[in-house]
Amino acid sequence: MHELSIATAVLNTALRHAGDRPVTAVGVRAGRFRQVVPESLRFYFEVVARDTPLEGARLELIEVPVRLLCRACRGEWEPDWPLFRCPDCASANVSVLAGEELEVEYIEVEEKEATCTGAR
Amino acid sequence: MHRSKVRIVEDALDANNTIARANRADFDCHGVTVLNLMSAPGAGKTTLLERLLAEPLEGIRVGVLEGDVQGSYDSDRLAALHIPVTQLNTDPGFGAECHLDANMVRSALPSLPLAEIDLLVVENVGNLVCPAEFRVGEDARVMVCAVTEGEDKPLKYPLMFRTCEVVVINKIDLLDHLDFELDRFLYNLDAVHPGVEQMLVSARTGEGVEQVRDWLLRLTARTGVPA
Repeated sequence: MHELSIATAVLNTALRHAGDRPVTAVGVRAGRFRQVVPESLRFYFEVVARDTPLEGARLELIEVPVRLLCRACRGEWEPDWPLFRCPDCASANVSVLAGEELEVEYIEVEEKEATCTGAR
Repeated sequence: MHRSKVRIVEDALDANNTIARANRADFDCHGVTVLNLMSAPGAGKTTLLERLLAEPLEGIRVGVLEGDVQGSYDSDRLAALHIPVTQLNTDPGFGAECHLDANMVRSALPSLPLAEIDLLVVENVGNLVCPAEFRVGEDARVMVCAVTEGEDKPLKYPLMFRTCEVVVINKIDLLDHLDFELDRFLYNLDAVHPGVEQMLVSARTGEGVEQVRDWLLRLTARTGVPA
C-alpha cells in the first residue's frame, strides 16, 4: 500500500527536475529494507503520472541489497533479513551501509535539438 | 528531439523531510515537544492516551493532534479529558492517505494551540507501513504493539519497529488467554531493533502505564526547552 505514497513522492521529485521537458523514464533506487513491491510501485506510478509530463514514462527500479556493518568487530555482511545483530560477535552496534535507499537516481528526458543552453 | 539522461540522486522523500524540518522549527520555537504515536489499527493508542492523560502530567500541558482517514471517534473520546484535541482527517483534501505526512501536519498548525501546550501527541493513522516513512517534525517516535497482533510483527514491519525509540507492548492483561509467546516476540524485536526500550502495559487495566508516563516526563524535560 505504501507504494502509492512512494510513487507520488517519486513523481513530484522527477517533475521538479524535469521542468517542461517530457520524461520518458525515471530511475529509482530502492533498498530492500524499504519493502517496495516492484509491480505495485509501477502500477501506482502509471496512475499518478497521468496528465503530467511523466505520463507513460518507464519506471526503472534498481533494487539495492541490504548491507550491514558491525561497529564492534568491523565485519560486513548481507543479513538474513531482517536481523540486526552481528553473526560473528553478536554485537547490536550495527550500522546500515546499504538497503535503506529510496532515491530518484535519474530521469530520461526528451530535449529539442539545437537548444543547448550550456547548462550541462 | 533526442533523449538524455539527467542524473538526480535525490531522496524521494526530501520534500516531506524539508516540510518536517519547518514544522519542527515551529514546534521548537514554542518549546513544544512532539511525539509521533504509531501502531496498527486497534492496538490501543487512544486507550493508552486516555489512561495516560486521565490525570495531570505533573504540570505538563498536553495537546493531541488526532489523525484519522475520516471521522472524529478518537477525538470525541479524548475530548472528555478536557485537553485541546485537533482532528486531522486525511480524507478531505489529502486523498484519504493511510498516514500523516509533514504537509498535512503543517496544514493543521494554525489550529494547534502551540502557545498553550508543552507536549503535542500526534496520534497517527493506524498502519504499520506508511507512517514509518513520513516524518512530521516529531522529537520522538513511539509505537504501540498489542500482544493480540502476534509474535512475528517486528519481522514483518522492520522499518516501523526500527524507527521507534520506544515500543509499548499493550494488552498484556490478555496474555493468559492467548497463544502469544512474549519471549518470542521480544526475541524478534531484538533481532530487528536491538536495545530498543520496551514497556509492557495494559492500557485497559492501567498496569505498567506509569513507565510510559515517566518516559514522557523525561522526553519533555529533554526536548522541551524553548529555543
